[in-house]
Amino acid sequence: MLCAKHKTGLVFFPAFDWAISPNHPEREERLLYTQDQVLEEGLLDIDGIVEYKPDIATIRDIQRAHFCVPDEWQVTTESHFISAGGAKTIGMAVMDKQVERGFALVRPPGHHAMRVVHGSRGFCNINIEAMMVEYLRTAYNVERVAIVDTDCHHGDGTQDIYWHDPDVLFISLHQDGRTLYPGSGFLNELGGPNAAGLTVNIPLPPNTSEEGFIYTIEDMVLPILADFKPDIIINSAGQDNHYADPLTNMNFSAKGYARLTELLKPDIAVLEGGYSIESALPYMNVGIILAMAGLDYSGVREPDYDPDGIRQGRDVTEYIRRLGDKVMTAWNRRDETRKELQAGKTFDRRRRTIFYDTDNILEKQEETVRICEACGGCWSIDTSSDGRKRALAVHLPIKGCAACRETAYQWYESADPRTFDLALLQDRQKDRYLKREL
Amino acid sequence: MIIGLDVGGTHTDVVLMGEEGLIREYKVRTNPEDLFSTVLAGIERIVEGIEPDKISRAVLSTTLTTNAIVQGKYPEVGMIVSGGPGIDPEHFRTNRHYYSIAGSIDHRGREVAPVNPDQIREIAEILKNEGIRNVGIVGKFSVRNPAHELAVYHAIKDDFGKIFLGHHVSGNLNFPRRIATTFLNTTIRPIHKKFFAAVKQSLEQKGLMIPIHLLKADGGTMSFEASLDFPGETILSGPSASVMGAIAFASETDETLVLDIGGTTTDMAILVGRAPLLDPVGITLSQNQKRIQTLIRSLETRSIGIGGDSAVRLQDGILTVGPDREGPAMAYGGKVPTPTDAFFVLGIQKGEGLAASTAGIAPIAQALGISVEAAADRIFDEACNVILSQAGHMIDAINSKPVYTVHELQEGLQVRPTQILVLGGPAPEFADRLRTLSDFDARVVPHWSVANAIGAALARTTCEVTLFADTQQEIVSAPEEDFSEPVNRNFSKEMAVEKAFVLLRDKAVRIGADTRDLEMEVTEDLQFNMVRGFYTAGRNIRVKVQVKPGLIHGYKTIIDRLLSNA
Repeated sequence: MLCAKHKTGLVFFPAFDWAISPNHPEREERLLYTQDQVLEEGLLDIDGIVEYKPDIATIRDIQRAHFCVPDEWQVTTESHFISAGGAKTIGMAVMDKQVERGFALVRPPGHHAMRVVHGSRGFCNINIEAMMVEYLRTAYNVERVAIVDTDCHHGDGTQDIYWHDPDVLFISLHQDGRTLYPGSGFLNELGGPNAAGLTVNIPLPPNTSEEGFIYTIEDMVLPILADFKPDIIINSAGQDNHYADPLTNMNFSAKGYARLTELLKPDIAVLEGGYSIESALPYMNVGIILAMAGLDYSGVREPDYDPDGIRQGRDVTEYIRRLGDKVMTAWNRRDETRKELQAGKTFDRRRRTIFYDTDNILEKQEETVRICEACGGCWSIDTSSDGRKRALAVHLPIKGCAACRETAYQWYESADPRTFDLALLQDRQKDRYLKREL
Repeated sequence: MIIGLDVGGTHTDVVLMGEEGLIREYKVRTNPEDLFSTVLAGIERIVEGIEPDKISRAVLSTTLTTNAIVQGKYPEVGMIVSGGPGIDPEHFRTNRHYYSIAGSIDHRGREVAPVNPDQIREIAEILKNEGIRNVGIVGKFSVRNPAHELAVYHAIKDDFGKIFLGHHVSGNLNFPRRIATTFLNTTIRPIHKKFFAAVKQSLEQKGLMIPIHLLKADGGTMSFEASLDFPGETILSGPSASVMGAIAFASETDETLVLDIGGTTTDMAILVGRAPLLDPVGITLSQNQKRIQTLIRSLETRSIGIGGDSAVRLQDGILTVGPDREGPAMAYGGKVPTPTDAFFVLGIQKGEGLAASTAGIAPIAQALGISVEAAADRIFDEACNVILSQAGHMIDAINSKPVYTVHELQEGLQVRPTQILVLGGPAPEFADRLRTLSDFDARVVPHWSVANAIGAALARTTCEVTLFADTQQEIVSAPEEDFSEPVNRNFSKEMAVEKAFVLLRDKAVRIGADTRDLEMEVTEDLQFNMVRGFYTAGRNIRVKVQVKPGLIHGYKTIIDRLLSNA
């Protein structure tokens, strides 16, 4: 009888009756063959692998991470509450020490959902990892969190949510944004002025294979994590970096991902993308589950696995090595970078446009953040999109200092009814979420 | 008339059922060293003076196979498994003569790597030289495509006796369980065949040509002939006999908890209306602290260590009952007080044992500073409380079972039993006490001391069929039934269900069902759009159908008689 070395919790929610649309990659069939493989291998029978029924997330859970315009109901469906709930279930099981580690194999995904949500982008509506992290920070007083996003696409949603947060380290490995959606995630995206350096982007070249991913983990991610010393490590484990994935150009493998999991040692892993539903997902997920449980994964192999065929060229290896130098240089000088960005300012502003491809919405944002050395700093976003309500979204961080608290409430209470339809306040300190229709 | 027989740890119960209801009942002590004589004696006694051709069948539920497995007393067999990539099949080794071969099939039943005929021949030679007669062959994903198991079978069939193939034991996924189940079937078959063939022969010699049926762990029956291909399904039939005995008296609308209180253990099951809950995966057996997980269909039952003979102890002021048994009640010469002794003291059980029971409970009463009657009362309460608490855990576990669709998560069945049906002994007193101690409405099953044998007699024949269709590969198949047919792209879920029902009816009749009893239902019907590139490539359809476990046609009149006579 096989026995897991690390007691591992699993939430498996394939949502067999939900899809974005019948022919969409995010459809009912997506995790069908993964379920077949997991069941046939007998993984759920292994002593020490425990399957949980997912919780259903609450509106409050969404409000901790997002400002939904016009409201939470209009931008979500039931499946999103379950997918986010599944991640929350694993989070709780790990924090309650019912299991050592956990994997939420759920759909739909979430890492393209940003702070403000007008609809669906990149197949995501709400950010399931961020919702789980914010729940754990409130319910369990977790302080320092590291999110390592290994999905092939830049985790721009998660990056956005933690842009100004000095307690959350966000590392994203992805296929270079010049060659793939969402077209972001470059080296110079380092985080807001109060959290500079705590966003780490590693844009890998197309055709990166096992060697490149493992090198990135060993030579960049692990040293950074060792410096940051997080309380928990979350892995957004998107599997579209597989050689067989139809939407991307990387050459990762099931055994490679298992090795990545073994090295990274995440406390919690959450499924994100991955659309090679027959040739990749079944094997990658078996590999990840075995690696999390501390079991031998050397026998895991895709039917058409050809390590020589997918090997990266020397130019790719060289490119990644030089990339690594730049990443580590930026990491090592993050304190200086922060001081440079904060110098001489009381507030910092930026304007952005955000495109929601799945729902075809164009959003305009103007963001203001208060420069603060005592806490992450409160911020506000003036957000509007064609034909929809214009909202003022205000955030007070969990460790909000008195000055930021006063500023945040003042912004919220003085929102001009001539400009805005809605004012929203996210008081993470008191776990209060206020809304005014203007 | 129908004979029902259930072998228990201590007693074997036999009943003769007819349109008049319960015609006769008989209880005999089980001789664990000689199950054969016990069973034969039971049947002969129950039919004394009855004309043999008036008896349509005898349904037997025995502990033969369970005992063989638990005690590890079964013959050596050969196992040939083909796992392909994934977890090393060595981890699922069942016995000494267990060989892993090349060959791999993927989740859609496509061959990834072929089997190697030379390797198979070599292994066959080794097995022959070791004197192995029977062999089990199991491949990963053989339930999607049995080609490799069949290839090995054809290569070795002339050299061995009975060969069991993994894809026949169940249509469900789970390679390790399939291996364990195929192994169990292969190794038990000779024991099973020898025993029941002997019973049949002995009865025939006495002029009793009665068709023999066996009760399965899922509360259904199958003919002796059919059981030779599925002997493993007779494992742990005991708890299901009791559940079937309770069904007819259960509420048709509410959920019922069934409790069969035995000497050593209490078996619990849940009924939803009159349908018993089934374990979705398969039964788990214990053998020497090891757990053997199988694909053998069974009712969702829990066995807990509370029974009439459970050891009662007082330690540090805390009274405990069970979970172990240290011999019979003191009333019957045992050394440690038990709930049965409490029953003697409380006057529930009568007889010569009263003195010994009182003497046994007196030290406990003294230590607690209460009378012997009060102590006996406390013991009874404690036994009931343990049962209620364990039942609560069982219900929680059932309600937290993971589900995989949005619909089921939001609307899925949550079991909240309001009724309890008690059988075993002494059922009426337990029912009363449980009613007092909880919010349940507890009742006794009529003829509760032989309800298990009645359940065996009245159980209908059951089976299930798993069928899948892949319109991209243009095939519909049920490898379990050796069935596969080409289909075109218009094949739909409705057509798959129709086909599955046809196969189910055939299978049920083959294993001994009465066509009037075929209450067939769909337990799973899923259809997935298969999209490759941006076009719909086909449909992936999965269907599971079953003959619902329940009681035979015409049982209502029998039940009415039982109720009016009770």
